[in-house]
Amino acid sequence: MQTTLSPETRADLAPSLPQKQAIKLTINGTVHHLELAPWTTLLDALREYLHLTGTKKGCDHGQCGACTVLVDGKRINSCLTLAVMKEDSDITTIEGLAAENGLHPLQTAFVEHDAYQCGYCTPGQICSAVGLMNEGQAKTIDDIRELMSGNLCRCGAYPHIVDAIREVMHIEPKS
Amino acid sequence: MNSFSYARPSDIGTAVDELATHEGAKFIAGGTNLLDLMKENVEHPNRLVDINRLALSTIEDTEEGGLRLGALATNADTAYHSAVQSRYPLLSQAILAGASAQLRNMATNGGNLFQRTRCYYFYDTQTPCNKREPGSGCGALNGFNRIHAILGTSDQNPETACIATHPSDMCVALAALDAVVRVTGPMGERTIRFADFHRLPGHEPWLDTTIQPGELVTAIDLPAKGFPEYFTYIKLRDRQSYAFALVSVAVGLEIDNNRITDARIALGGVAHKPWRKPEVEARLVGQSISETDFAPIAEALLEGAKGYGHNTFKIELAKRAIVRALQRAAKLEPQV
Ligand SMILES: Cc1cc2nc3c(=O)[nH]c(=O)nc-3n(C[C@H](O)[C@H](O)[C@H](O)COP(=O)(O)OP(=O)(O)OC[C@H]3O[C@@H](n4cnc5c(N)ncnc54)[C@H](O)[C@@H]3O)c2cc1C
Ligand code: SF4
Ligand code: FES
Ligand code: FES
Repeated sequence: MQTTLSPETRADLAPSLPQKQAIKLTINGTVHHLELAPWTTLLDALREYLHLTGTKKGCDHGQCGACTVLVDGKRINSCLTLAVMKEDSDITTIEGLAAENGLHPLQTAFVEHDAYQCGYCTPGQICSAVGLMNEGQAKTIDDIRELMSGNLCRCGAYPHIVDAIREVMHIEPKS
Repeated sequence: MNSFSYARPSDIGTAVDELATHEGAKFIAGGTNLLDLMKENVEHPNRLVDINRLALSTIEDTEEGGLRLGALATNADTAYHSAVQSRYPLLSQAILAGASAQLRNMATNGGNLFQRTRCYYFYDTQTPCNKREPGSGCGALNGFNRIHAILGTSDQNPETACIATHPSDMCVALAALDAVVRVTGPMGERTIRFADFHRLPGHEPWLDTTIQPGELVTAIDLPAKGFPEYFTYIKLRDRQSYAFALVSVAVGLEIDNNRITDARIALGGVAHKPWRKPEVEARLVGQSISETDFAPIAEALLEGAKGYGHNTFKIELAKRAIVRALQRAAKLEPQV
């Protein structure tokens, strides 16, 4: 047996949700005005509302790094922050790294070193590596490995990923 | 994630009022623990009060010669701060042993104190958990408890049992350093000694800390003594990076002429709060570093430890880690 509810009854049953709110996000130099519910993560805002699908959702819990973006030059996990919390910030995603005249040096190095297999972790790896270089803390290959540990690669492309980053940072390969 | 309303006050008074006037509201800082738990439906605040616009991110000297860490300074900015690195390298080492670079860029010092246990059952709303749902039982007691506590547990009454650990690395160093937490709330300002900030599960495992409802942490004060010369943080875990501690040890020593003049030892991963026993630390004072056998100290720190099956290995692991950490801090072996 099927019961059909009138539209009025359905509206009564539905819990009332807080209003969507106007949110301004600055992404890759462009200001976007969006209407978003406050519980929209930055990751979902990028992928679902701005169609910037370069940033990936791996775990949605801060455990894989696939969603890494740069906020005011610092790398963060976009799955563990709300879009509304980042209204004052400059956000850079993988789509914003290349200059008009060509790829970002890390992008080129990833291509040259074949630093991926399936490529799912790659946008996060590259954004993370940009953040790593901005931080200026990594001096050795071991430092790179430790400070890139927030980016998992299910395909295990780690040796090539480290090589690509090392080269751009002018750190010598281990003899 | 549940639906909620959002507020972004720009001063401390308004932030505290927000919590006082909205039942079910919570502060959000970095969001790295709260949003994770909201996605799992473990936490479900009806209002989030974003405190990131409050002016609480400075790190500055105190009049007493110590250092004040703003509640909103990030874990990364704290660990890499020149004063922290030179005067409190133990703290820097502990913070950098935790989470990942991305998470440390988001995580705040205040939020780190409140991060909740990583107990699998606490996260799994389909299972009983006295911390998440008071009186429902403890899934870990007779379940998978590899990551669980061996000291200070509550295991007698099924309705209040809890063998969870506090997962923070930073807090283990803060415990060793005798930090002081500064809070402000509806009743005004107060300070809490670090040893009194986190609590054992006791009869109320749902309470992690002694903070009162609506109180806001504004800063963490480090006393002048920072053990910059003789210190170490050892963290043992299932993978070398980006994993929580099974056992960790923070040690700070003062050594004069080969003799120990002050000693601090705090353990992580073994209890509901960073574990210290000042009376055992005191036994090291006056001892010669080259002649002291650290094994009895480790033994005394683990006195009363109890394993629950999967985590029983932690007892021996902790003892060995303590001996190793003391040797490292005393420079009897390299820091790595
Ligand atoms: C995958 C992963 C791995 C991790 N690994 C480690 C690890 O190895 N070691 C480790 O130590 N940590 C680890 N963490 C935990 C991380 O350090 C914490 O999530 C972080 O420190 C929490 O800080 P936050 O600012 O993001 O807190 P939030 O998530 O914003 O807040 C946490 C809680 O604190 C409350 N709160 C925040 N600030 C205040 C304040 N000023 N006053 C009062 N209440 C406040 C909030 O209401 C909330 O209940 C890991 C986290 C993840 C996701
Ligand atoms: S150990 Fe504590 S947190 Fe874990 S299931 Fe038992 S009561 Fe819950
Ligand atoms: S999707 Fe954000 S860390 Fe995995
Ligand atoms: S290339 Fe496949 S996950 Fe890294």
